[in-house]
Amino acid sequence: MTLALDTLGRLESEAIHIFREVAGEFDRPVILFSGGKDSTLLLHLAIKAFYPAPVPFPLLHVDTGHNFDEVIEFRDRVVAQHGLRLEVAKVQDWIDDGRLEERPDGTRNPLQTVPLLDSITQHKFDAVFGGGRRDEERARAKERIFSLRTAFGQWDPKRQRPELWNLYNGRHRAGEHVRVFPLSNWTELDVWNYIEREGIELPDIYYSHQRDVFLRDGMWLAEGPWGTAREGETLQRKTVRYRTVGDGSCTGAVESDAADIHAVIAEVAASRLTERGATRADDRLSEAAMEDRKREGYF
Amino acid sequence: MSDLLRLATAGSVDDGKSTLVGRLLYDTKSVLADTLDAVHRASADRGLATPDLSLLVDGLRSEREQGITIDVAYRYFATPKRSFVLADTPGHVQYTRNTVTGASTAQLGVLLVDARKGVIEQTRRHAAVLALLGVPRLVLAVNKIDLVDYDEVTFSRIAKEFTAHATALGYTEDAVVEIPVSALAGDNVVEKSANTPWYSGPTLLEHLENVPVEPDPHDAPFRFPVQYVIRPRTAEHLDYRGYAGLVAAGTVKPGDEIVVLPSGRRSTVTKIDTMDGELTEAAAGQSVTLLLADDIDISRGDLIASAGNAPTVTDDFEATLCWLAEKPLKAGARVLVKHGTRTVQAMVTELRDRFDEQNLSSVDSPPSLELNEIGRVSLRLAEEVPLDDYSFSRRTGSFLVIDVSDGSTLAAGLVGAPLPLLEDGVESCTGGSAAAPDNHALVSPGP
Repeated sequence: MTLALDTLGRLESEAIHIFREVAGEFDRPVILFSGGKDSTLLLHLAIKAFYPAPVPFPLLHVDTGHNFDEVIEFRDRVVAQHGLRLEVAKVQDWIDDGRLEERPDGTRNPLQTVPLLDSITQHKFDAVFGGGRRDEERARAKERIFSLRTAFGQWDPKRQRPELWNLYNGRHRAGEHVRVFPLSNWTELDVWNYIEREGIELPDIYYSHQRDVFLRDGMWLAEGPWGTAREGETLQRKTVRYRTVGDGSCTGAVESDAADIHAVIAEVAASRLTERGATRADDRLSEAAMEDRKREGYF
Repeated sequence: MSDLLRLATAGSVDDGKSTLVGRLLYDTKSVLADTLDAVHRASADRGLATPDLSLLVDGLRSEREQGITIDVAYRYFATPKRSFVLADTPGHVQYTRNTVTGASTAQLGVLLVDARKGVIEQTRRHAAVLALLGVPRLVLAVNKIDLVDYDEVTFSRIAKEFTAHATALGYTEDAVVEIPVSALAGDNVVEKSANTPWYSGPTLLEHLENVPVEPDPHDAPFRFPVQYVIRPRTAEHLDYRGYAGLVAAGTVKPGDEIVVLPSGRRSTVTKIDTMDGELTEAAAGQSVTLLLADDIDISRGDLIASAGNAPTVTDDFEATLCWLAEKPLKAGARVLVKHGTRTVQAMVTELRDRFDEQNLSSVDSPPSLELNEIGRVSLRLAEEVPLDDYSFSRRTGSFLVIDVSDGSTLAAGLVGAPLPLLEDGVESCTGGSAAAPDNHALVSPGP
C-alpha cells in the first residue's frame, strides 16, 4: 500500500494545515465568502480542517449589489446548511450614507475595498482568509500565504516576510491584520479537479445555460441592476457560462457548452485564456492593475 | 494520478534565468493566450523582434522598471506526469534570503550558469546554500550554449567543475545532473536539440518529469506537532477530544505508543480521524486528527512523538542561522523562536562562527551576523522544547527567529546542521564535517 499523496492530496493537506495554524494563533479570523467557486472551495476545506467541530470562524461577504441572484441564493443556502454566521457588508449602504460615491462607469468592483477595510476594523478581524491563488496573475506570484497588511489594509512588498518551510509567522501589531491564502499553490485546473473529486456543489451559472448578453470590450456581459446594452450593443441569447462570478457589471460570460463538471474540466484544460484575463474587465485596465489594487487593500 | 515536485531555481538575470523559466512555462503550454498577447505587445513596444519570454515572469512594476527580480516568485506548470511548483529565486539582490526561502521547501534545485562564464562565485554560493538547506538534488543548466557554438568541450569542463564542487558539499554524483541549454533558442529545455548531438542526456523538462521525488520520511520515527485541539462539545460528539496536525515525519497507526513532549506523558493512539473517515495509517505530509486512549493535558505547541524514538528535550542548543534582517545579530540578543507549533522566548548566547560560503570555510567568533550572512550560534530557551537535528528532519529540525518588538522574521534556523566546510587544501571533503545532502533523502520539504 502506498502512502504517497497525489497532487490534490498534498494541496488539500497544506490548506488544512494553514486553516489550523490560523485557528491556533489568531483571535478573530474571518473567511471571505462570496459564493464563488474559490470561496466555496475555501469553506469546504475549512469544514474538513475542524471536523467534527463546526468551523470556528464567521464568514464575510462584501456585496456590491451587482451580484448574480443565483450566487446570492447559493451563498445563503450554504450558510444555512452548515449553521455558519455570515456578515454582509453592502456597498449600497456605503453609497447611501456618502462614505462612497458611485463611479461614472457604474462598476462597483473597485468600491469593495472601503467596505472590506471598514468591516475588518469594525469587527477587529485579525486574519482574513481569501481564495487568491498565485497562478492567477503575475503580481500574485510573489504573494505570501500569510500576507501582512497595515492598519490601512495596504500591502507593502518590502514588509512581507520570507516564508520558510511550513512555518508561518502571523505576528502583527494592533490594528494590522494578516490576509491568509490557503489556495496559494492551487491552479485553476487543480480547483476544478478537486471540486469534481469532492463532489462540491457550485452556483449553476458556472455551467452552461441560456442568457441574454451583449458584447462590450470583447466580453459578453449580462443585463442587471448595473445596466444593459448601450447604443450600438445588441442584447442576444447565447449559451454561456461564467468562469468567475464577481461583480456583474464587469464579469463577462464565455460562450460554452460545458454543462457539467467533466465538460468544464475538459474546457479549462484546453483553454487558452486565463480566467481573469478572459472575463474580468477590472484586471485589464493596466498591466500593473492588480499590483495597484493590492497596495490599496484589495486582494 | 500525478505527483508534485517542488523545485527552486537560482541564478541571476544575466544568466537568463527569467528566460529559462519563461521558456519552461511557454513550451509546456502553461502560458495562456491573453498573457502571451501581453508579452508580444510589450516586446513589440520595446522594439524586440521575438517575444521576450522573461516578461512572462517579471512580476512587479518596480521590477520591470529596473529589469531585475527582487523577490521569490512561485510558478506553476504541469505535464501529464507531474505537477510542478517552482520557486523562482533571484540571484543578485538579497540572494541568501531568497535562496533560503525557495530552498526550504524544494526537493530539487536548478542552478543556472552562463556557458561563456562557467561556474562563478555565485554558483558556488547558491549550491552551498542549497546543500545547507538539505535540498536533495541539483541540476546545473549550462545556459547560452548557443553562444559558445554548442561546444562539447566547454560544457564538459563546466560540468566536471560543478560536479566536483557539489560532491565537496556532500552530494552523491547521481544526485547532480548538468544539462546544456539555450533558454532563448529553446535547446534542451523541453525539446531535444539537434545542435548538441554529443549530448545524450535528458532535456531539462524530461529530467524534472522523471527524477525520483524523495519520499516523505516514512521510515523516520513519528513526529506530530499539535496545531489545535478539536472539541465539538455537541450532543453527537460530547466527549470527542482530537489533536489536529500535520504528520511531520514517520507514520502512525491506531495502537501505537506515543509520548507527548515536553511533558513526557505517554498514551496510545486509538483513532486517526478525518472528515473522509477513519484511517488505518497516516504518514508524513497528511493532515489528520489523532484521538488518544488517555485523557491527558495536551495543547497547541506540544509534540506527539513515537514513544520508542523521541527527540531530545532541551532549552540549550546549537544551530545554524541564515540571518535575513537589516538589523545585525549580536550575542546577547533576545528573540522569539518558533519551532513547530510552539513559540518561546530565547537568547542568542554566543556567535560561534560565520560561514564563508565562497571558500567553504568559517570565521570564528564574529562580532555580528549581518544581513544575508550564515553562521553558527548557541541559543538558550525560556522553556524546554523537543528538537530534532535538521539533517534528521527538515520539518522538526527547523525554526524561525522572530523579532520580539515588531514581529518580523529575522532568521531561518536549522538545529545542528554543521556548515559544509572544506578542510584546508583538500579538494573533496568526504571525511570532513560537511552536511551530507544525500542523507536528506530521508527528510522532506513542506507539504
